[in-house]
Amino acid sequence: MSSVRVLVGTRKGAFILTSDGKREKWEVSGPHFAGWEMYHLKGSPSDPNRIYASQTSGWFGQIVQRSDDGGKTWHQPGTPAGQPPEPGPPKSASNKFAYDAAAAPLTTHQWYDGTQHPWEFKRVWHLEPSLTDSDTVYAGVEDAAIFRSTDGGENWQELPGLRGHGTGPKWQPGAGGMCLHTIILDPSNPKRMWIAISAAGAFRTDDGGKSWKPINRGLKSQYIPDPNAEIGHCVHHIAMNPKRPGVLFMQKHWDVMRSDDAGDNWKEVSGNLPTDFGFVIDVHAHEPETIYVLPIKSDSEHFVHEGKLRVFRSKSGGNEWEPLTKGLPQKDCYVNVLRDAMAVDSLDKCGIYFGTTGGQVYASADAGDSWNPIVRDLPAVLSVEVQTLK
Amino acid sequence: MVRVTLPYHLRTLAHAEAEVTLEVSNPVTQRSVLDALESRYPMLRGAIRDHDTQQRRAFLRFFACEEDLSHESPDALLPEAVASGKEPFIVIGAIAGG
Repeated sequence: MSSVRVLVGTRKGAFILTSDGKREKWEVSGPHFAGWEMYHLKGSPSDPNRIYASQTSGWFGQIVQRSDDGGKTWHQPGTPAGQPPEPGPPKSASNKFAYDAAAAPLTTHQWYDGTQHPWEFKRVWHLEPSLTDSDTVYAGVEDAAIFRSTDGGENWQELPGLRGHGTGPKWQPGAGGMCLHTIILDPSNPKRMWIAISAAGAFRTDDGGKSWKPINRGLKSQYIPDPNAEIGHCVHHIAMNPKRPGVLFMQKHWDVMRSDDAGDNWKEVSGNLPTDFGFVIDVHAHEPETIYVLPIKSDSEHFVHEGKLRVFRSKSGGNEWEPLTKGLPQKDCYVNVLRDAMAVDSLDKCGIYFGTTGGQVYASADAGDSWNPIVRDLPAVLSVEVQTLK
Repeated sequence: MVRVTLPYHLRTLAHAEAEVTLEVSNPVTQRSVLDALESRYPMLRGAIRDHDTQQRRAFLRFFACEEDLSHESPDALLPEAVASGKEPFIVIGAIAGG
């Protein structure tokens, strides 16, 4: 029988929630890495027991953790726990993210006050394992850049063509930092990948990461000097149904957008949403025109609208939205749901999951019609991913 | 043997006790002690000092014999009491944040 494993990153540790395919009874494991900020955990599609995790701290920096047994045990790649190191210089540095300044000289980027600021590595926001090779994994980092490991996370190399694209001095940090937070791999074309940066916008590579082009035509952001600029948009998240590559859905700072041509052009599909500010967006696993967002009141008030926790679903690819409220608090609720904190499983019916800054993780086993909390009192949730296990 | 005291989160990373003992050949300096620590516990590389610059991470401090040695040269000799193992070399995290 199928089962699901929900990987939850929080401000103070990671948690793993497991259930059978009914998704009614849950086991909770954790906290793993108690006390650390766990920005993101994600399992390998080609080997579900392989899970990568980004562990970070203002004191001790960035750590990458890996599990090879579905999250039961963890180690820093290249330095197995309990084993004495081999003599000689280290063969791995799983927590070393050095920009490739030889290939793309380190420039500056725009700071909050409009001045230029040096590029500095701070943390890994997102880990995206390869669709076909469990030892290959991509990392989206702050200050914005993309790295790749081909040895299971033991060593990381930047794909410098993105940072060297030439528009770097126009990139600027959003409120959370200048982060590369979204990486989408194209299952139909191994050379194609999409990424998004707050606040620079969306980019695409068609040559395996050597070169990148901004894909922001159609985005309109009133808060930047040129609302239609090629660069500078605060893209919060992008989602794609892997069965329909090239059709992308975006939650921008304000505005929900869609593209039917792999990001070359975007159009707004906010429609009747009560507010189109938000962070998460996701697509139904089996119905590629069914999408989910969770509107947040505004960029000044980062909590849900009218004190009601409502997921909005569109079955028409946008524009026409219905609130999903059954099982969710409809009064006195003032949580936020951050950009990587929604995910879908691939069971039938499709399961939807999201985590809040109040520490609740909600699950729907019926495509959003009804919801139940798996846990209510975790630390603030930073990310939610789901593995559907056969 | 040199004794090194680690803050909680570095202990968990290293799967070590609060205090570890290390063989450090002369001269006993911050650099030689931290080199020995990272050699024994390679998972700590980058968590105390920057990989490339070897500079102390901003929110960590080094103490010994009731002295703050954080701003001493990494190649300055540590007190004899540290070199002899009578007193520990203490790595401590700044008290900041929540």
